[in-house]
Order: sequence, then C-alpha cells, then structure tokens
Amino acid sequence: MNTAAPLPTLKEKPRYTLGTVLRLIFFLLLTFIVLFPLFAIVLASFKPGTELLRTGLNVRWQPEVMSFNNYRLLFEPLESDYMIWFGNSLLITLLQSVLTLIVSAWVGYGFAMYEFRFKNLLFTCVLIIMMVPMEIIMLPLYQEIVGMKIIDTVWGIILPFVAMPLPIFFFRQYLSGLPRDLLDAGRVDGSSEYGIFVRIILPLMTPAFGAMGIFIGMNCWNNFLWPLIVLRTGSKFTLPIGLNTLLTPYGNNYDILVAGSVFAIIPIIILFVCFQKYFIAGMTAGSVKG
Amino acid sequence: MGVAFLKKRQGFRAFFYSQKAAPYVFVMPFILVFVIFFVFPLISTVIMSFQSVLPGQVRFIGLENIKRLNDPEFFQAIKNNLIYTALTLALLIPFPMIFACMLNSKATIGRNFFRSALFVPILTSVVVAGTIFRLIFGELPGALANQIVGLFGMGPFRWRQMQGTVYMILVMLACWRWTGVNILYFLSGLQSIPEELYESASIDGASTIRKFRHITWPMLKPTTIYVLTISIYGGFAMFLESYMLYTNNRSPRGMGLTIIGYLYRQGWEQNNIGYGSAIGLCLLLIVMVINLVQLKFFGLFAKEDK
Repeated sequence: MNTAAPLPTLKEKPRYTLGTVLRLIFFLLLTFIVLFPLFAIVLASFKPGTELLRTGLNVRWQPEVMSFNNYRLLFEPLESDYMIWFGNSLLITLLQSVLTLIVSAWVGYGFAMYEFRFKNLLFTCVLIIMMVPMEIIMLPLYQEIVGMKIIDTVWGIILPFVAMPLPIFFFRQYLSGLPRDLLDAGRVDGSSEYGIFVRIILPLMTPAFGAMGIFIGMNCWNNFLWPLIVLRTGSKFTLPIGLNTLLTPYGNNYDILVAGSVFAIIPIIILFVCFQKYFIAGMTAGSVKG
Repeated sequence: MGVAFLKKRQGFRAFFYSQKAAPYVFVMPFILVFVIFFVFPLISTVIMSFQSVLPGQVRFIGLENIKRLNDPEFFQAIKNNLIYTALTLALLIPFPMIFACMLNSKATIGRNFFRSALFVPILTSVVVAGTIFRLIFGELPGALANQIVGLFGMGPFRWRQMQGTVYMILVMLACWRWTGVNILYFLSGLQSIPEELYESASIDGASTIRKFRHITWPMLKPTTIYVLTISIYGGFAMFLESYMLYTNNRSPRGMGLTIIGYLYRQGWEQNNIGYGSAIGLCLLLIVMVINLVQLKFFGLFAKEDK
C-alpha cells in the first residue's frame, strides 16, 4: 500500500533541474532586455529636456536634476496642449470602440446565424479587406472624406473603419458556437429578428466584447496615420499626432515629448494588468481558424 | 390615398421585420462600408494611376505614371522593404517559436509572468516606440546605444545615417514590439496539441529534439503559416517605423524609405496623386501575389470554409 501511493505524486511534481534554472535565468535576461528601453524612457522623463538634448537618452541616475517637473508641464494648459490631446484621444477611442463593437457584432451576427444568398461572397469580402493595406487606398479615401465634408472631424476618422474585418470575423466565430434554437425560442416568444439580437444575443456576448473592445480600443488609442491625414486643427489632435509634432530635430519640446510618451502608455498598461486575459484573447483572435 | 400609403408602409415594415430580410439588414452596414470606403477608393486608385490629378484639372495620361515607376528611388524603397521583410522573418519566426516551446513547458518557473512581460512592448504605439528608439540611437556619445558600444571600445556611431545600422534599428524595433505577440500565437498553437502525443512519444523513448521534429513542428504548421503571412504582409506595408525614425519621412539617401513611404511622399507631400496611386497599384499587385501564393500552397480559404 505505501509502496504504490507516493509514485504518482512524484511523477506529477515538476522537477527543478539545472535546465529549469538556466531557463529561468535566460527569461529573466530576455525580459530585462525587452523592458530596458521602457525603463530608459521612464528615467529620462524625470530629467529636464535640455539634459536629454545635451547628453542623449541614457540610464544615468542623476538625482540632482531629476524631478516631476515634466509631468507638471503636461497638466498645465499654458505650457502644453497635452491634456487637450489626451482628452481628444480618450473621446475618439471611446466613441470609435463602442461604435465599431456594435456594428461589428451586428454584422457578425448576420453572418453567423443566417443562410442567405451571396453570404460566402460577402464573407470573402471581409477577408479581402484584411489582406489589403489601408495605405494603398489612402489618397482616394482622403478625397472621399473631403467630398463628404467630414474632413477634420471625428467622423472622418471613425466612419471608414466602423465595420472592421477582424472583429466581424471574431464575432462570427464566437456566435457560430451558439445553438440556433435560441433564435427559434425568441421567435416563439414573439420577438422580432432584431429584438432577438438585442435581448437574447447581446447579453451572451459580453466576454467577446471584452476581448474585442480592448483590442479595438488599443488600436484606436495608438492609431496614427489615418488621424494624421484627417485632422488639421491643432486643438483636435490626438495623442500620437500631438506627440509627433514635438519630435523635432531641435529638441525644444523634449520635456513634454518624453513625459507625454510615458503618460500615454500608462492607461494601456493599467488596462493590460487588469484585463490580461482579454488582451490575449483579442490579440490571438486572428490566428484562430474556423 | 392615406390608407394606401399606410398599407404600403405596413408592407415595408412587414418586409423589414421578415425573416427573409433580416440577414441583409444585419450585413448591410458592412456592405455600405465595403462599397463606399473600400471598393470605391480601390477603383479610384487604379483609375488615378493612369491620370494626372491636379485640382480642377484631371486628365488621362496613359501609361506615363507606370513608366515613371522605373525610378531608382522606388527601387530603393522596394529593396528596403525586401531586406526588412527577410530579416524580420529570419528573426521573428524561429525565436518566438523556441521561446514559446520553452514557456509552454511546465518546468519553466514564472511562465505566465514572462509571457506577459514580453508582451508589454506591443502596448506602445509606433509613435512612442519610434521615439524611444530614435532617442536610444541618438548621435551624441552619451546616447544609450553609443554608451553600450563604448563599453566595447567602439563608436560613437551616427546610427541613423548608415544603411546597415538603419536596417538594424528598424529590425530591432520590429523584434522588440512583435516577439511577445508571436510568442502568444505559437503558445496558443502549442496548447492545441494533445498531451497524449508527447506521452506516447516519451514511452517510445523519443528525445526532445525528435519530439519537436515529429510532433511540435508539424502540429504548429498552421500557426507558423499564419505568422509567416502576417509577417510578410507587415514587412511590405512597413512605413510608420521609418517615418518615426526621421523627421518628416526624410531619411538620408533613401536609407529608410519604404514603398508606402514613397507613396506618401509622392501622393501626399509632393501632390503627385497620379504617381502615388501608381505606386499603390504596384504594392497592391505585390500583396495580391503574396496572398495568391499563400492561398495556392496553404489554402487558407479551403480550411476556413470547413
């Protein structure tokens, strides 16, 4: 009896061998290298911009010149437009994420739950969008936005990308797993097709919304090229565009540039720490096949 | 008349709420966006490739724009993209795959922590990441990269002014941001491999390398193909990384110029919209060839229709 019992536990317990230790050291080193640039910029954000311009970005610890002064500049409207950019980014990110989520879920539901003519053709179109870089159609798209008189507005940024292929693809996959009997149950209860979506399906989609919401939100927050083209008025700039305007060879704005860059990452890092699972689900959505 | 109108309206309402119309109502937003913001501009790009486009003065000039593509700057851009893509493929597929295999092993301590920590760089935007790398590879002797090579008695270098180091910075930036993501892809691929396969291989006395060769590698093939595809695509569409490295898309002697960067310069900065469109058309053809090759050999659609 006591000869047989300990064996399985011995087998299941991972053995800490030399290999394990070497692997641990290896990954510690790798993580150190990967996080080092971020550490360097955080450290630099506490030094005056003139110091950065004089010596270049380095990791020297200089308590005599380090302070929170750069961060104070971010919050002072007279010193910088940073808070305006931050607010604009927040607004656009929220609006775009919510709209894209709703539209993509709506469309993904149509693809997942119904059989109709041209369905396969239309779904191929979803995949085609994924395969063509947006920059190819950038010039005519800009002309179109000008023609529609939504240039220099939030709508000019949001509308062309409101039915994003990856979320549609993701929601279709997600909803395909639901039994279609749910629809019939709703119909028997007297709901319309759209009522079924709103009352029965939407509440079931919360986890999918979490994953895609974070994925879309991160993309909106970091979106650069298209907003750069659409927006013209300085007071409407988003964070990446505003920060980019500070990146001049003369370096006269490095205080705000460096502290502002760090401060722009913070909201995403906080979200990442809290909702890691959703981040990972959202990022790997594309690699999951049907 | 009023009654007829009301009836007609009810008829429309009935149709709108019918089960037959519902799917089309659901996919309608996509159709609208697809036609207005994708098909239409795509056709415009093709048409404008054969036009000279100036405000109020649009005329067809035949193949002039296409002929202009025989342009050393454009070739430099294509060359840059090719080298960049080749280097990122060589680094961003094997290494993340190996790292993922190591992180997948239960004997690795703190694997969840490392997975998350290596993922952090992708949270930064290209603007912030580009700024960081631009400052690290600054020209001053005190800049981080110069300090590091200084430890080995080299430098200081003007990193952003030499072709070799320009590629190096761009590839390092790509590796920094994407290694963690590719690890995630491979990890999710690895987790779909049934444990029993390894167990039975162990019973047969297979070594770790043989297990990798005969189980992991073939089972990871779909993931590898996916990562390969998005990496090639990303390599040819690369623009913002080099845009951030130099002010106003201006790299010395086209060292950091990319295809899209050239499209941006011609179509945007110099207002040669026709020529810019021709460059776009050329990139479209490149991307289509890549996709077709991929479809032919790996049949992405065939698998998805199943």
